Amino acid sequence: MTMVCHRPEGLEQLEAQTNFTKRELQVLYRGFKNGPHTPPCVSLSFPQECPSGVVNEETFKQIYAQFFPHGDASTYAHYLFNAFDTTQTGSVKFEDFVTALSILLRGTVHEKLRWTFNLYDINKDGYINKEEMIDIVKAIYDMMGKYTYPVLREDTPRQHVDVFFQKMDKNKDGIVTLDEFLESCQEDDNIMRSLQLFQNVM
Amino acid sequence: MAAGVAAWLPFARAAAIGWMPVANCPMPLAPADKNKRQDELIVLNVSGRRFQTWRTTLERYPDTLLGSTEKEFFFNEDTKEYFFDRDPEVFRCVLNFYRTGKLHYPRYECISAYDDELAFYGILPEIIGDCCYEEYKDRKRENAERLMDDNDSENNQESMPSLSFRQTMWRAFENPHTSTLALVFYYVTGFFIAVSVITNVVETVPCGTVPGSKELPCGERYSVAFFCLDTACVMIFTVEYLLRLFAAPSRYRFIRSVMSIIDVVAIMPYYIGLVMTDNEDVSGAFVTLRVFRVFRIFKFSRHSQGLRILGYTLKSCASELGFLLFSLTMAIIIFATVMFYAEKGSSASKFTSIPASFWYTIVTMTTLGYGDMVPKTIAGKIFGSICSLSGVLVIALPVPVIVSNFSRIYHQNQRADKRRAQKKARLARIRVAKTGSSNAYLHSKRNGLLNEALELAGTPEEEHMGKTTSLIESQHHHLLHCLEKTTGLSYLVDDPLLSVRTSTIKNHEFIDEQMFEQNCMESSMQNYPSTRSPSLSSHPGLTTTCCSRRSKKTTHLPSSNLPATRLRSMQELSTIHIQGSEQPSLTTSRSSLNLKADDGLRPNCKTSQITTAIISIPTPPALTPEGESRPPPASPGPNTNIPSIASNVVKVSAL
Repeated sequence: MTMVCHRPEGLEQLEAQTNFTKRELQVLYRGFKNGPHTPPCVSLSFPQECPSGVVNEETFKQIYAQFFPHGDASTYAHYLFNAFDTTQTGSVKFEDFVTALSILLRGTVHEKLRWTFNLYDINKDGYINKEEMIDIVKAIYDMMGKYTYPVLREDTPRQHVDVFFQKMDKNKDGIVTLDEFLESCQEDDNIMRSLQLFQNVM
Repeated sequence: MAAGVAAWLPFARAAAIGWMPVANCPMPLAPADKNKRQDELIVLNVSGRRFQTWRTTLERYPDTLLGSTEKEFFFNEDTKEYFFDRDPEVFRCVLNFYRTGKLHYPRYECISAYDDELAFYGILPEIIGDCCYEEYKDRKRENAERLMDDNDSENNQESMPSLSFRQTMWRAFENPHTSTLALVFYYVTGFFIAVSVITNVVETVPCGTVPGSKELPCGERYSVAFFCLDTACVMIFTVEYLLRLFAAPSRYRFIRSVMSIIDVVAIMPYYIGLVMTDNEDVSGAFVTLRVFRVFRIFKFSRHSQGLRILGYTLKSCASELGFLLFSLTMAIIIFATVMFYAEKGSSASKFTSIPASFWYTIVTMTTLGYGDMVPKTIAGKIFGSICSLSGVLVIALPVPVIVSNFSRIYHQNQRADKRRAQKKARLARIRVAKTGSSNAYLHSKRNGLLNEALELAGTPEEEHMGKTTSLIESQHHHLLHCLEKTTGLSYLVDDPLLSVRTSTIKNHEFIDEQMFEQNCMESSMQNYPSTRSPSLSSHPGLTTTCCSRRSKKTTHLPSSNLPATRLRSMQELSTIHIQGSEQPSLTTSRSSLNLKADDGLRPNCKTSQITTAIISIPTPPALTPEGESRPPPASPGPNTNIPSIASNVVKVSAL
């Protein structure tokens, strides 16, 4: 783990680039820089990473592990990290972090959907195929953990993915392109509504 | 979910958008953030030192004082900050806990002060970080031991009135300092142990020759004398053992204890010797048994604390000792084998077998080097030197551990003893301070009342009346006064010169026989013997008891013509008031004993009659020979300062 000391761009620049105000950026940066606080009774096996100015995958996993303690959130955190780390450097700088958050919280529907498509496209080849989707869905189910009702069955993720593909894959060629994805999502009211759910998070 | 990651919650929620296209059903509504405040800085003023932090930092741990609404109790509206009248140093650690999530324990901080602060801020000490937890626990344990020690010694010193004879005996055995008899017993047994041990030793010394036979040890020459000595000692030890057995609270446990086993082993040989006949076969065994007599020397451990500590140390270092033994054994076997095979070749070698080489190895490893067995071959010499070098190392390793253990326990004991010795002086000083404060109450009671009286009577105030009491003191005194009024009792002071037990004036009669006595005395009293003359300020003594109640302590008056009763005082009062005395000065006036007592006689119930004191002082009709408000024909002649003092008295008793 390289302890590269990274300082973000100026506040004004970030304000210009993202949809956040200066105050919001300040709050975000403070949280970003301090890193996650592990609960006191858990001994830290990972050192605090963020004071160096970047977040790495371990931190993502740690954060998610604390938000979803019942299950295993590491896989999803891994995919999420890859979605945040647009330049594939292995660490997420504050600018990347804020840019992504800006899209997710303040962006247009189009931007959000595109970001989600990027998340699902694990190998970043511009298409989502069934295997990638199954991996994503499995990761999401993993976050729930073992003790659920009804009990998770082996083929539930696969079935879920089948339903998804039925909806999304217009030309039934087994892969979902960006356009298909955008189109299908915009047709679905549920999805549209749920995209607005986290408007006022910040 | 830990509150510490609250800062990342927006991120996690935002990332949840990634699930939306996958979801089949509609999502629940998001909770509305009604209280959406911008994050603000709050100022925490801790004893003048200002700390500032974000509100959200504190809200990370909502079950503590600072994280909950409890801190609103400390909010100062004027300065718009939270003020805590606590230690700023410890607060630094507490605040860092909110910031970093780790609670540290600074080494220079006193453990109980730190615990108090943590309890105040609602933080459990268990969350102290790993880096500081061990230190914290160690200090806490030491503190607890010290407290237990203190409690134990306190319990020991408490006088337990209802101890059975058996319990007293046991206490006497365990703590020889509790009574003279115990001390005597302690020294006697110590003496006899010494005698017994010395006898054992001297028995074997050659005592000079009896003409006609070879040199004999003293034991055989004066066998009768030694036998008598031995018998005497064993008698004493047996009696002691039986007494201890009788007095022990738990006999079974006592029998199993180490000291009792030593006692038994020490006296058994004698009895066995008595029983056994002087048979040739068994005399060999008998001789062996006599060896056990040397165990009597262990009985000294009851007398010496150092010995006990040594024994305790060895017990507590059992693992180190075991390790030492084990490693030594390993080394001995290895080297003995090596030496045996190395010396096998040489002629007339003393290393006849491996067990025979053990002796050489042990002597060499402990660097004794008797020289009775030495290697002759070169290989033997080489290995011999390696053996001695390694011996030094192996022995030197566990020894410091044992030594440090001993030192720690020894110092703990020293500290405990020192504390016990200091405790007495400390308690005495505390007691003086306490009585000082209660005396202060009584003193200022009088002064205060006098002051009030003077005010009401319109006479000029002179400040040398008494010291100005602080507001807290005066409120405390007022409280005590209210208690007195409620119960009808009055505080008794332990002043042998002052204490007069009289009854107070209340709205009921007195059935006090002492009162009656005093009444009898009163009629014969004409003068005021100035048997005592301390200034009033030094004797805040007021001794009155309520009605027919008696206080437990009775003090006797040194002077037989002790005064006065209330009645007399009232007479005095009336007289004086009429005469309109000058400004009395408590500190300078010399009061006679009875006047002082008069003070003490003043009634408990305060009436607002000071201005009309002369008239309306209630008196029990049965006890008043003279008229109530008639000024008695007592002349102030004999005692010129009576007026001044009495005027004090007047004011006082009118209340």
